[in-house]
Amino acid sequence: MSRPNAWIGSPVPRVEDERLVTGRGRFVGDLVPERLLHAVMLRSPQAHGSLRSIDAGAARDLPGVVAVFTAADVGAAGAVPLIPQRQHALPEGEAYRQPVIAVDKVRYVGEPVAVVIAEDPAIAEDALELIEVDIDPLPPVADHVAADSDAALLFEAAGSNRIAVLRARAGDADAAFAAADYTRRAQFGIQRHTALPMEPRGLCATFDPASGRLVLYGATKVPYYNRRALAGMLGLDIAAVDLIEVDVGGGFGARGEIYPEDFLVPFAAMRLGAAVRWIEDRREHLSACNHAREFHADLEIACRRDGTVLALRGRVDADLGAYARTNGFTPPRNVVQFMPGPYRIDHVAIDGHLLVTNKTPAGTYRGPGRFETSFFCERLFDMAAHDLGIDPVAFRRRNLLRKDELPRPFPGIVGVDAATELDNGDYAFVFQRCLDDFGWTEKAALQGRLIDGRYHGIAVASFIEGGGGAPRENARITVEADGGVAVDVGSSAIGQGLATVLSQIAADALGLPMSAVTLRHGSTTLVTEGFGSNHSRSTVMGGSAILVAAEALLAELRTVAAAELGGAATDVRIADGVVHGAAGQRPLSAFAGLSVERTYHNTKYTYSYGTHAAHVAVDPRTGHVEVIDYVTVEDVGRVINPATLHGQVIGAVVQGLGSVFLEHLVYDETGQLLTGSLADYLVPTATDVPRIRGVSLGLERCPNNPLGAKGAGEGGLIATGGVIANAVAAALRSFGVEPNHLPLSPPRVWRLIQEARRRQATPHETGQGAA
Amino acid sequence: MTTARITLTINGTATTLDVPVRMTLADALREKARLTGTHVACEHGVCGACTVLVDGLAVRSCLMLAVQADGAAVTTVEGLARDGALSPLQAAFRDHHALQCGFCTPGILTTMHALLTAEPDADEARIRDVLSGNLCRCTGYLPIVEAVLAARDAYRAPDGGPEAAR
Repeated sequence: MSRPNAWIGSPVPRVEDERLVTGRGRFVGDLVPERLLHAVMLRSPQAHGSLRSIDAGAARDLPGVVAVFTAADVGAAGAVPLIPQRQHALPEGEAYRQPVIAVDKVRYVGEPVAVVIAEDPAIAEDALELIEVDIDPLPPVADHVAADSDAALLFEAAGSNRIAVLRARAGDADAAFAAADYTRRAQFGIQRHTALPMEPRGLCATFDPASGRLVLYGATKVPYYNRRALAGMLGLDIAAVDLIEVDVGGGFGARGEIYPEDFLVPFAAMRLGAAVRWIEDRREHLSACNHAREFHADLEIACRRDGTVLALRGRVDADLGAYARTNGFTPPRNVVQFMPGPYRIDHVAIDGHLLVTNKTPAGTYRGPGRFETSFFCERLFDMAAHDLGIDPVAFRRRNLLRKDELPRPFPGIVGVDAATELDNGDYAFVFQRCLDDFGWTEKAALQGRLIDGRYHGIAVASFIEGGGGAPRENARITVEADGGVAVDVGSSAIGQGLATVLSQIAADALGLPMSAVTLRHGSTTLVTEGFGSNHSRSTVMGGSAILVAAEALLAELRTVAAAELGGAATDVRIADGVVHGAAGQRPLSAFAGLSVERTYHNTKYTYSYGTHAAHVAVDPRTGHVEVIDYVTVEDVGRVINPATLHGQVIGAVVQGLGSVFLEHLVYDETGQLLTGSLADYLVPTATDVPRIRGVSLGLERCPNNPLGAKGAGEGGLIATGGVIANAVAAALRSFGVEPNHLPLSPPRVWRLIQEARRRQATPHETGQGAA
Repeated sequence: MTTARITLTINGTATTLDVPVRMTLADALREKARLTGTHVACEHGVCGACTVLVDGLAVRSCLMLAVQADGAAVTTVEGLARDGALSPLQAAFRDHHALQCGFCTPGILTTMHALLTAEPDADEARIRDVLSGNLCRCTGYLPIVEAVLAARDAYRAPDGGPEAAR
């Protein structure tokens, strides 16, 4: 139709904003259905123990309390349901699934053991104090080392704390190591942290006993999957269940998975024939919402003397917490498979050990596995480059994949269907663009310099960002009586401005102004099936589904219009909301009610890619690291809305800086969470944020979808660990410091400097070098 | 539960509420006055999402009891816009993409409104300093700082002051 691409590529203001800046957003905690009751969870105060008894008598007697449910109630009609493995399931994971309420054991602090339903949330919280829970303590498995020993077991029936070992393989790593000029081995660690959306989780369930219909508000990310799974767990027909998406205060991978509460809240609503709302508080959130990122790695790199990377091998331990949650295996799977990132590494042998510990279960967080591998690999690269006397920029140039080497498959995972390949791109171009924008040449003189008491360092790191999560997405487009269109899509919003971006795509496809498009998403009432918002997929998949549906709608319009207005369908022109036929024209509104739903299928992921560069200054007296300048350049295939994309990039970089410097879920040796408030769990604030320049390019369209877009939104975070740690290492080169464990908090950096000074005072210490 | 009757002005409207004496101002605004634009995200005074203006001062409504607001004039995010038009600050947030999920936004708008009302010439460092009391997980703060800088002019208007800037 006319005006192609008028909206795509334009920084149009978000359609979401007017509501949100005036306080008219509608979040789940704002919903007040008729006869609303309130749920609160009683959570285990102990990390590991046998659940002997629960006495809720006094709580039930408290005026205002309606019910207290425990495993005895949930399991009255059969086994207590288990949380499913939604994504990247493993048969070995079945024995490690979480019951929706603790049955015989508790396995982490924060695990739900009872649900109180009351007329008022404060009364429900009062009732928590009256419930007596008898837990017989068991030895806590507090970390991955204890887990690996199997001295104490979380799951006696399973016989081990090791769920499985994922083995990524490409080429022949051992042979490559045997033949290499140079090898180096190092140990790495990434601290446990979490996505921490600003809106705590919440759910509101209504159940109508007469019709048997359950409606669950507060859904996001994967509402259609959750409907299917929850219907089964609740014993309802899928047609009797709807999940409704309202405004969502941030997702970042953690929100919208099936958690215990996603069963318990509708369960309570069904049992009581009432509406039940549950809103998480922040302390609960920190111990109950998915944790992420805790990996410990022992890795080895093999190179030629000229800096060509030949092979990577080693072991990664994933501390997954107490249970195999819905997507708990996605991060370790990504860690073992995506270790090479955008670099040419032909020989890979990485074993990922999936371990359970008495901590909150883990799942995905923005850039799962990508952040981790980027940190491990980029650190190894700079260690190797330094040992070999090669400039880190030249080292990366030598190893970045060339345009003509794409597409290129990633290592496979033994026994797992995990085939995927890098699609396309010009990695070297983006690398150079980042160096140029950063001013690498001018800043190179700063490397390792002591200026006014602080050491300066710069570093550069490249990354890939997976997106376009398959397998398909649905969109329905309906002509409305006012001449506009309603576009319904199975993708979900998590606060990223999805409605704006998808409206732009729909408006372009139909040649309509954006104001003529009403975009609805997420809820299970809209389309036949949907696949939600994860794996940077909602723009790629939802947008492609809209393109396919728009094409079908236009074809349908031409056929119908030709019948009414004469001539052949091919003669019909549709422009600016007017349908022109051989014998006249009709406004689009004359075709109100015309509606098509189409499915877009895709089997291939998209791989955005880019480069980050950072300049830091380290104060050796305090260990404080200041980020002075930060540049990211990423090619996302095709930019739909540069303004919302830029916002995603800056936000992601800042989250990454939180991961690098601040955020840490600390447990003591008994498995108690010590960081249960935002006064203890620190995230970046406005005074922590440095100068950040984000450049997003639509350089090479993705060949694998009609939109040509690749996933975006995670890339700003992915390389932060590697590039900052390398910049700190470069700044402290005179000390020989290797910052291989995050977070780079002042005490940790200070300690590294002190240890280096002690080493330098005792000169017999030997380093590793050429083999 | 002991309740108390309080009378206060909310967004210019005199309002009487019966509240449990232990209820926070945040909960009273949300549950009793049904003004759900004020968001609760930490309930321990760290994140700033629940910030409202009490007699012109930015206050964490999760740390204040509703009974303490008896007789006060409270402004919530719903009270920033006038006659259906966005305030200059709200418009600047939209124009500068200073929000994504929007959950922290009401508390940031009220906080920055209080800042610019008192200090219309606040520079970037001052804005960042005050903004550091509010947590945002989506934007990385930089677009928020840009929006607030851009909104300063409206607070400096010759006939200005807080009312004109609304």
